[in-house]
Amino acid sequence: MDMTYAGAEPKVARRKRSAIARYAAPYLFISPWILGFLFFTLGPLVFSLTMSFYDWPVVGERTFVGLENYRSMLFEDPQFWESLWITVKFAAIYVPFNIVMSFLLALMLHHITFASGFFRTAFYLPSVISGVALVTIWSWIYSREYGLLNFMLSFVGIDGPNWLGDPNLAIVAIIIASLWGLGGTMLILLTGLKAIPKELYEAATVSGVPGWAQMVFITLPMLGPMLLFTFITSIISAFQQLTIALLLTKGGPLGSTYFFAMYIYDNAFKYFDMGYAAAGSWVMFIIVLLLSLGVMRWSAAWVYYEGEVRENDGDRNA
Amino acid sequence: MAAIRIDNLRKGFGSLEVLKGINLDIADGEFVCFLGPSGCGKSTLLRSIAGLEDLDGGSIHLGERDITDIASAKRDIAMVFQNYALYPHMNVRKNLSFGLALNGMKRDEIDRRVDNAADILRIRELLARKPRQLSGGQRQRVAIGRAIVREPKLFLLDEPLSNLDAGLRVTMRVELAALHERLGVTMIYVTHDQVEAMTLSDRVVVLDKGKVSQFGTPLELFYQPANLFVAGFIGSPRMNFVTSDVTGQVDTSVTLNGGGLAHPLTLEMLAAAPIAKPKSVTLGIRPDKIELVSAEEGHLVGDVRLVERLGTESHVHISLQNGGDMTAVVRGTHPVSARERVHLRLAAEHCHLFDGDGQAVARRLDVETQTLINQEKAKRVA
Repeated sequence: MDMTYAGAEPKVARRKRSAIARYAAPYLFISPWILGFLFFTLGPLVFSLTMSFYDWPVVGERTFVGLENYRSMLFEDPQFWESLWITVKFAAIYVPFNIVMSFLLALMLHHITFASGFFRTAFYLPSVISGVALVTIWSWIYSREYGLLNFMLSFVGIDGPNWLGDPNLAIVAIIIASLWGLGGTMLILLTGLKAIPKELYEAATVSGVPGWAQMVFITLPMLGPMLLFTFITSIISAFQQLTIALLLTKGGPLGSTYFFAMYIYDNAFKYFDMGYAAAGSWVMFIIVLLLSLGVMRWSAAWVYYEGEVRENDGDRNA
Repeated sequence: MAAIRIDNLRKGFGSLEVLKGINLDIADGEFVCFLGPSGCGKSTLLRSIAGLEDLDGGSIHLGERDITDIASAKRDIAMVFQNYALYPHMNVRKNLSFGLALNGMKRDEIDRRVDNAADILRIRELLARKPRQLSGGQRQRVAIGRAIVREPKLFLLDEPLSNLDAGLRVTMRVELAALHERLGVTMIYVTHDQVEAMTLSDRVVVLDKGKVSQFGTPLELFYQPANLFVAGFIGSPRMNFVTSDVTGQVDTSVTLNGGGLAHPLTLEMLAAAPIAKPKSVTLGIRPDKIELVSAEEGHLVGDVRLVERLGTESHVHISLQNGGDMTAVVRGTHPVSARERVHLRLAAEHCHLFDGDGQAVARRLDVETQTLINQEKAKRVA
């Protein structure tokens, strides 16, 4: 009897320990991410929100000003509206182009069988090139006298314009350079295309559904979630456009490529008004959030989610 | 008129030849199953008829029309896919009407056809639902409905019940048979399930390695298999095989001995079989035609490895003394047990004989079986 009791004690202790380990283990595994999120995302986020209510110079006294930064930005700063308008214009052209071109590329890569791996890599590769390297390449392409683009145009008798010096063309030049990195979007759509069961197309083919209708009524709806995702991420990246404009045109000529992100950047690191810059960041966040929510709401009409698959369900009504 | 004639159909994928010259004549209104193990080419053959595969050679006629090079949509066929291939973003009504609407059919006619199919398949209350809101059986009905609305000359069904559970499969099998009866349209059905093939078909095409092994009525395949492959493939548990030698032959009687047979066995063939002696042949016998008997009466000796008791019958797995395995089906309450030595008597009138090339030597059937087969053939012709 004693022996049984003595033997049972460590068993119970072991069970307790294993229960703790069982509950704690998942949290231990995700803790590096949690810590990273707390210190590098949530912390700075809260910090920047606090900062936006202060007059916060890099050096010197910080003063709590409440909503003053927001008020003066919205009602007294014409540069805010100008940079916002340039960004909206950029997004309005960049986002649809990015999605349509990514989709067409993905479609092409989905259908080619010869050297498909090579082409997939070739089209994806530009999107992993760093922003600075990208700008260096494009500044050479766009150069008025020595640029590749104007050199090629000269073959067809066109005297190439000053791409980066013309206020009307500079934003176009930035849009084209930004589209250089559409490989990521293309890859997502290509994955989506590959996930569409080929039987859907075969069923449509046997039923006499023409190719264009298969594209409109099968491919696009089936890609809905991917299109929505790329739509929202494209909007976000359009609003965050900074690197290319900063290095390629520095916001010029005549402020024609002075994007909203550059406006925030200048306030922070040129004028050292961190509170004002933080307020600008929060305005951008709210605009992007509202746009994303609007797109999500609109998407209910055209995005279909497959949800759970119930292949082997029994049919009680059969 | 929707008879199908397939002549010397060939299809390969790279260096792999999947269909090696298929010839078939399927009558108008017939229900034909393509049956065979995985990789035998049955689905490829069906897809070739549907126009979903580019052929390497041969021709396909639907009625009088050569459809070999005609686009799938213009072949006047409808196909039901194994995984249903329903458009997940469309409701049932839209799934049924999608192809019709895009082919310029009038709204009234589309509604008539959709409602008619919905009534036949009892899915009218499901028309507004999306496929994910349906059970497996309901999805299957919608997939069949999509074929019905096309009012085709030929239905092609590619393992349509394989995703359903066993009970539902039986129900849907009965419904499919009733549907064929009601529509009277030619149907070709691909399956690897011999029970489906045997119960649904007027005739079954047994395919093996891209060739037609036998094309006949279900009972023909069972009682008169044309070769070792069909004999082994049709019937569960599968037919037992024993190699032996022809030691005597008088008119239609063939006597076998050796190869593990303790006593000579004399079989009655349909005609004087042209078997030269001594010649090694294969003897085939279905498990339910083997009797466990005393040592004096037994043709073969073996040890019981396993007894599977299924209630009404028991499957006895036996390792033969001279090598090889055998399965006998005995009554459920038979007292035989594992590790027991048993003696097996092979009922000569139920034995099948296959020559050295694995081809069946036509055997004489009992009157009752022959009558059944004749009736089945007569029904098909009618």
